[in-house]
Amino acid sequence: MPAYEVVIGLEVHAQLRTRSKLFCGCSTAFGAKPNTQTCPVCLGLPGVLPVLNMMVVEMAVRTGLALNCTITTPNQFARKNYFYPDLPKGYQISQFDRPICQNGWLEIDEGSATQRVCIRRAHLEEDAGKNIHQAEAGVSHVDVNRCGMPLLEIVTEPDLRSSDGAVAYLKTLRDILLYLDVCDGNMEEGSLRCEPNISLRLKGQDSFGTKVELKNINSFKFVKHALDYEIQRQETVLADGGTIDQETRSWDAERGVSVVMRSKEEAHDYRYFPEPDLMPIEISPQRIDILRLSLPELPEAKRNRFIAEYKLPAYDAVLLTSSRPLADYFEACVAGFPNPKTVSNWIMGELLHALKNDNCDVIASPMKPDRLIALMKLVDDQTISLKTAREVFLDLFRSQQMPKDFIQEHGLMQISDDGTLDTLIDEIVHTHPKQCAEYQSGKDNLLGFFVGQVMKASKGKANPQKVNTLMRQRLMSENIQS
Amino acid sequence: MGHGYSRGQFTHLDHWNAQVNLNHLTIHDAADGLANAAFSSQELSEAVHRQITRVDDTVHAYHTVLTETSKTTSHPAKANSLLQGIPLGIKDNICTEDVVTTCGSRMLEHFIPPYNATVMTCLEGHGAVLVGKTNMDEFAMGSSTEHSAFQPTRNPWDLERIPGGSSGGSAAAVAAHECIAALGSDTGGSIRQPAACCGVVGMKPTYGRVSRYGLISYASSLDQIGPLTKDVTDAAIMLEAIAGHDPKDSTSVTTPVPTIAKALHRDMTEIRIGIPDDYFADGLDPEVNDGVRAALKVLTSRGAKTKAVSLPTTPYGIATYYLIATAEASSNLARYDGVKYGHRSSQSQDLLEMYCQTRKEGFGRETKRRIMLGTYALSAGYYDAYYGKAQQARKMIRADFEAAFQEVDVIVTPTTPTPAFRIGEKTADPVQMYLSDIYTISANLGGFPAISVPCAMSRDGLPIGMQILGRWFDELTMLQVAFAFEQETDWHLKRAPISEDSNG
Repeated sequence: MPAYEVVIGLEVHAQLRTRSKLFCGCSTAFGAKPNTQTCPVCLGLPGVLPVLNMMVVEMAVRTGLALNCTITTPNQFARKNYFYPDLPKGYQISQFDRPICQNGWLEIDEGSATQRVCIRRAHLEEDAGKNIHQAEAGVSHVDVNRCGMPLLEIVTEPDLRSSDGAVAYLKTLRDILLYLDVCDGNMEEGSLRCEPNISLRLKGQDSFGTKVELKNINSFKFVKHALDYEIQRQETVLADGGTIDQETRSWDAERGVSVVMRSKEEAHDYRYFPEPDLMPIEISPQRIDILRLSLPELPEAKRNRFIAEYKLPAYDAVLLTSSRPLADYFEACVAGFPNPKTVSNWIMGELLHALKNDNCDVIASPMKPDRLIALMKLVDDQTISLKTAREVFLDLFRSQQMPKDFIQEHGLMQISDDGTLDTLIDEIVHTHPKQCAEYQSGKDNLLGFFVGQVMKASKGKANPQKVNTLMRQRLMSENIQS
Repeated sequence: MGHGYSRGQFTHLDHWNAQVNLNHLTIHDAADGLANAAFSSQELSEAVHRQITRVDDTVHAYHTVLTETSKTTSHPAKANSLLQGIPLGIKDNICTEDVVTTCGSRMLEHFIPPYNATVMTCLEGHGAVLVGKTNMDEFAMGSSTEHSAFQPTRNPWDLERIPGGSSGGSAAAVAAHECIAALGSDTGGSIRQPAACCGVVGMKPTYGRVSRYGLISYASSLDQIGPLTKDVTDAAIMLEAIAGHDPKDSTSVTTPVPTIAKALHRDMTEIRIGIPDDYFADGLDPEVNDGVRAALKVLTSRGAKTKAVSLPTTPYGIATYYLIATAEASSNLARYDGVKYGHRSSQSQDLLEMYCQTRKEGFGRETKRRIMLGTYALSAGYYDAYYGKAQQARKMIRADFEAAFQEVDVIVTPTTPTPAFRIGEKTADPVQMYLSDIYTISANLGGFPAISVPCAMSRDGLPIGMQILGRWFDELTMLQVAFAFEQETDWHLKRAPISEDSNG
């Protein structure tokens, strides 16, 4: 088979996290009963007019700035005309030749190297509704709730060269959107949608091959699967001497295949023209500057800072900055317990495990930073052993108690008192004369056995370092005595 | 006398009943009578309804007439509004809550809006009374009201002639005194042209002056609601009531609305009138030419100065208009697809057939023609040559007027090339019909305010209109000139024969 190069561009629709729709006051809440979040404007009744939700403009500008875009001013809405039952006006209000954001880029990590993916444009548009088909009954229904939801469509240049790269881009973009708090990034609920276009060309060839657009990938985990399927499909066709048809295909996740939705011949002529019901949107340079200053630290910058400032390994930094609330949690803990690597270990290990186990979000975590800080301090001053602390973490996590109270209540205090430990050691040494003799004849590694027996006898509460020291001394003195 | 607009008609209370049909009154005279308790608003409404009963089977000004008490306002009215209790006719493309609003189309024959247009909210706030919804060309596409899906409206001056359009129902209702005043909408002349044809005053305000919320869109960048009235003062009163910024219409402007109705007196020696030769050229009926020229003399006799202005892009107006208006219409009318409301064909097996049959059955010929024109103008490969070019031409036309308004305060032209033509005369030739709007279209393309006032009568007894255009948001000067003319003449007092009959 000849060597092909994969060329991928991505169109991502991000639903902006506003309370109300793009052009009317209806709620954007997900999951409401069909057609309960509608009004004359989003229903497209005769005579009504759209009024722009200015919050959306602000979110789009902030996103554009985070994606290194130029902000277009004035930018302008345009009508995209086509007939479909889920489109009440017979046109979608979108942007065409003056999108709000243009010419940006995003850097993605691809294993060892980073790659810059160019962003051609990001434009605002309203979402359409949803057709619901009841095949058995032979009827179709339209749910208009989603009509008018604010979307930012972010379009890359065809810069990606693999399905892994596309997934990396999507993850990086999603992280940024979440950091900006402009989108909840939920692909299953459709608030983040990804429509890749894929073509193949011979390695070394300059011109692009014929591209195929993929739709209906509604989960993060299907992105790679769908792309790999399409790459494979095109490779097979081309290797057999066939040609790729320019078409739109729909991903069928259940069957793991894509099927033709629309051929090039069926493509719409959208007859775009400037939306006469809305004025062009002017955004002053001052406004852009203010919004630029209001941008939060973005994932990449935060990651680099975590490595430099907290001397964390890259692995830790990537994981801790994977969401803004998690990074904030980490920094809150470090503020109270200035040993970043210890904090990182606790978060990456016990905390994330507990959160996952209880299907809980870091923001909603019952274990707030103050409790984790208190726990780390108790381990540090040897009030409780690290091992015990780890063992009881999930229970502590679920409780509302401060670690100190929890430990007391459950009798988990570590035994570090010499007298108590000596008593325990005495008992173990005397009940194991055989092992004692062997140790004294040179089997040094039996020390671990003795320490283990003491730990067992103390139900794990003995301070292992101390037991270790005291036991070694005892066994040596036994030796001298004999 | 309270508001000070009265000619003193009601100072002798014992005379009014014998001499005046209440439905003949202007807004300001009726307000005066109501203020003096010379009659009640109910008596006023009854007079209007009596007239409707008497003549509307012939005139067909209304598509829907409300029963006398059904829509009397229940809202607390603005104190002392001149519109309190005044019966108005409203064009049937302006949404009226709970009152069927057809837009002159089978498509919306049974459409009952669940909301009021902003202008209706304004008028209800003033205590005005909705008499009924007036007939119109389907989706406001036409210059004769013959394109109403239901029936043509007849010109009260000559029942064999058209009343103009598309606000022909509103113009005829005012001319036949089937209301005290009316609202229309004007996209290319649809208020002014019927006003001229019916001998009433019709004003298109500056684009953005009046909210379009609730006006069923024909061409969004051109549409504007405005009054049709019996005189200039009434036009000013209506404008003040409906003008102003509306948060529901992003194209309505925040420019404050000045006091207009009380500021109509103006010394004409301060006024420079522009006269565009291009508007007094070939194709203009000699009687109209003479009428408007004579009217200009009236204004100059009051001291106004005239100046020739050049509007060389005028010949491109019609072509520009019919590309932009139809392009926008093709998109605005896409929502009538049978899915959600309005007509849905029962003759379809699948989605595509439902769309096609619904639109085939629901739209009339002229509407279909314009949808097709507009769809073509926006199509891939044709956009630049048609829609794109038209936008450029629109800018040039606007620039012409802006330049002219550097030198003059208002521009005066004929409103229409001819007086009202006969019913059926132009239905077979759309281009001839389109030319009826040749003088009015530029005001829409440029967004300027313009008014038509009756200024002469033809030998056949048909009204002739003079158009006065003003600068952006300077309706005041335009209305002052119109008012000055009206003070010197009595064209606006002439009554269509059918409106006259008696107290019976």
